[in-house]
Amino acid sequence: MQKIELKNVTKIFGDNPKKALEMLRQGKNKDEIQAKTGTVVGVHDVSFNVNEGEIVVVMGLSGSGKSTLVRCINRLFEPTAGEILVDGQDVRKLNREQLRQFRRDKFGMVFQNFALFPHRTVVHNVEFGLEIQNSEKAFRREKAEKALEMVGLKGWGEKFPSELSGGMQQRVGLARALALDPDILLMDEAFSALDPLIRRDMQDELIGLQQSMRKTIVFISHDLDEALKLGDRIVLMKDGIVVQIGTPEDILMNPSNEYVAKFVEEVDITKVLTAESIMKKSQDVAYLAADGPRAAMRKMKNNAIASLFVLDKAGKLQGIVFADEVARLMDKGERSLEPAIVRDIATVTPETPASELFAIMQGISHPVAVVDEGHKLKGIIVKGLLMAAIAERGGNI
Amino acid sequence: MNFELPRIPLGEAIEAVLDFLVKHLAFATKAFSTVADQGIRVMEAAMMAVHPVLMIFILTAIVFFLTRQRGVTVFSFLGLGLIWNLGLWSATVSTLSLVLVATLIAISIGIPIGIFCALNTHAFKIVRPVLDFMQTLPAFVYLIPAIPFFGLGRVAAIFATVIFSMPPAIRFTTLGIKQVPKELVECADAFGADRWQKLFKIQLPLAKSTIMGGVNQTIMLALSMVVIAAMIGARGLGGEVWRAIQRLQPGAGFEAGIGIVIVAIILDRVLQKLAKS
Repeated sequence: MQKIELKNVTKIFGDNPKKALEMLRQGKNKDEIQAKTGTVVGVHDVSFNVNEGEIVVVMGLSGSGKSTLVRCINRLFEPTAGEILVDGQDVRKLNREQLRQFRRDKFGMVFQNFALFPHRTVVHNVEFGLEIQNSEKAFRREKAEKALEMVGLKGWGEKFPSELSGGMQQRVGLARALALDPDILLMDEAFSALDPLIRRDMQDELIGLQQSMRKTIVFISHDLDEALKLGDRIVLMKDGIVVQIGTPEDILMNPSNEYVAKFVEEVDITKVLTAESIMKKSQDVAYLAADGPRAAMRKMKNNAIASLFVLDKAGKLQGIVFADEVARLMDKGERSLEPAIVRDIATVTPETPASELFAIMQGISHPVAVVDEGHKLKGIIVKGLLMAAIAERGGNI
Repeated sequence: MNFELPRIPLGEAIEAVLDFLVKHLAFATKAFSTVADQGIRVMEAAMMAVHPVLMIFILTAIVFFLTRQRGVTVFSFLGLGLIWNLGLWSATVSTLSLVLVATLIAISIGIPIGIFCALNTHAFKIVRPVLDFMQTLPAFVYLIPAIPFFGLGRVAAIFATVIFSMPPAIRFTTLGIKQVPKELVECADAFGADRWQKLFKIQLPLAKSTIMGGVNQTIMLALSMVVIAAMIGARGLGGEVWRAIQRLQPGAGFEAGIGIVIVAIILDRVLQKLAKS
């Protein structure tokens, strides 16, 4: 289900947006418009949807309009043109009071520099959203304590923000947003001000929380690694325009233009490539019920391979057979493959990143099976494929 | 050749405006009169109700309670003791009452104006030049319009003092609120806070120490003006100085002057402490 829909959203800063809009329609670029009208085009003609329970990362360098865009969603900035629907409600049509109610009901927001209130204790910061809604004191304290526990800050409630480290401060920022239990989290460069190690922790924590919360999250970032790690989908922006929208793999494997390609070049590919995007999907296998040693041997010969995965009728992986063992069975005149099956083999899931595949494949000569939760075979990975995929994307092995 | 430029009748115009105001603002001046006069009366009566020595102990205790600093407390005790010893106690009480009443009136008008100016840029554009004007006009000049409104005496003194001491209350309040980081205000907006919630939960608490700085200045200006206002019958320590000047008694003049300094230092230290906490 679509939670947020943006249709041709444009935001122009300055006194004469109409003139600027007209010039945009004529295809004039940002600098020209700024020189002529003195207005700044923040975001131009952005359209995309965010599904319920999805993390969409809006990514771009500073000045790309990503922060402006997220502020248009809850109208901290008034969009100049376009349509923004949240749960089907046209945000731009809300009057002042409705807007306030709408912000209270739908959104939690996390800010780049934390934006904690220095005169309030941690727990009072976390309570802020509920306090604004005039909810009971005991109720909001309970909610706040729960939110603090979720972000691992139990027992820190009575401290002041200045007594906490940067990472902890942003946990408070996150707790403040979560305390409201909002449908949508808007995270504006939430982890950018943190140092790299802490940032990684926070990303992992967000992923962990998201598994149980299933919030709709719009995450702003200028860091592609972060975007690839967190995003179910990524919206890549440049100069106020969307350059590409897609899953992390899409962006990496099929950059839509030079700009995206250049961006992607820097990424540590082994962290983002998963077994699923590398694996070979179609190959011959032996079926335990149907194929005997002879049939299995023929399949290996046809494909010029020395081993074969064995499945049962339901497609569940049973094990692997090797050519030399199968040949021995043939000599003995065995009818079944059963005695030759090696059942104790390493398998990976489609989500396993390439960096882990290396370790798993170390010292194994045969391919590795990729299986889903039901232990069904999804594909296979051979070393050559792994190397090729990485070399192709310019990563370091 | 004798060419004379016609003189612009600025003074006459101002007088005409004042006359008009005196005639038509009687209700307001009466209300101000009542508030100010009653205020001073109550304040003075309260401070004169007990023996000066006991009062000195009480005031010293208050200073200690507010500042928790031994130095300031000891200074207050000795300073007030000296004032009493010099026979200036009732003059000091009178001055303190004037200052407190004038300050209360000044900040209860000034802070709301300051808040309004902070939240409304147009208002600030109008108010700012007025403030500049008020602060650069020599203090004596305020005494003059005070007389037609209220006649000679303490109320006129308070009126002049309020006008003279209000600008910092307005300015600092505006400054304090404008200095609240933009992102904190934005954050409050993002959580759906309305204007009053933003003001009382975020902006005013964060502007508090700046506003208190303004209050401090207001009190200091009020003190200096109350002394000048002795010229239109404010009495108090300023009155003692004024009398000493007229009678050429430098000793008595300095005694009263030192009394003013003592009061000023005590007020300043206490207020600074309040602003910080």
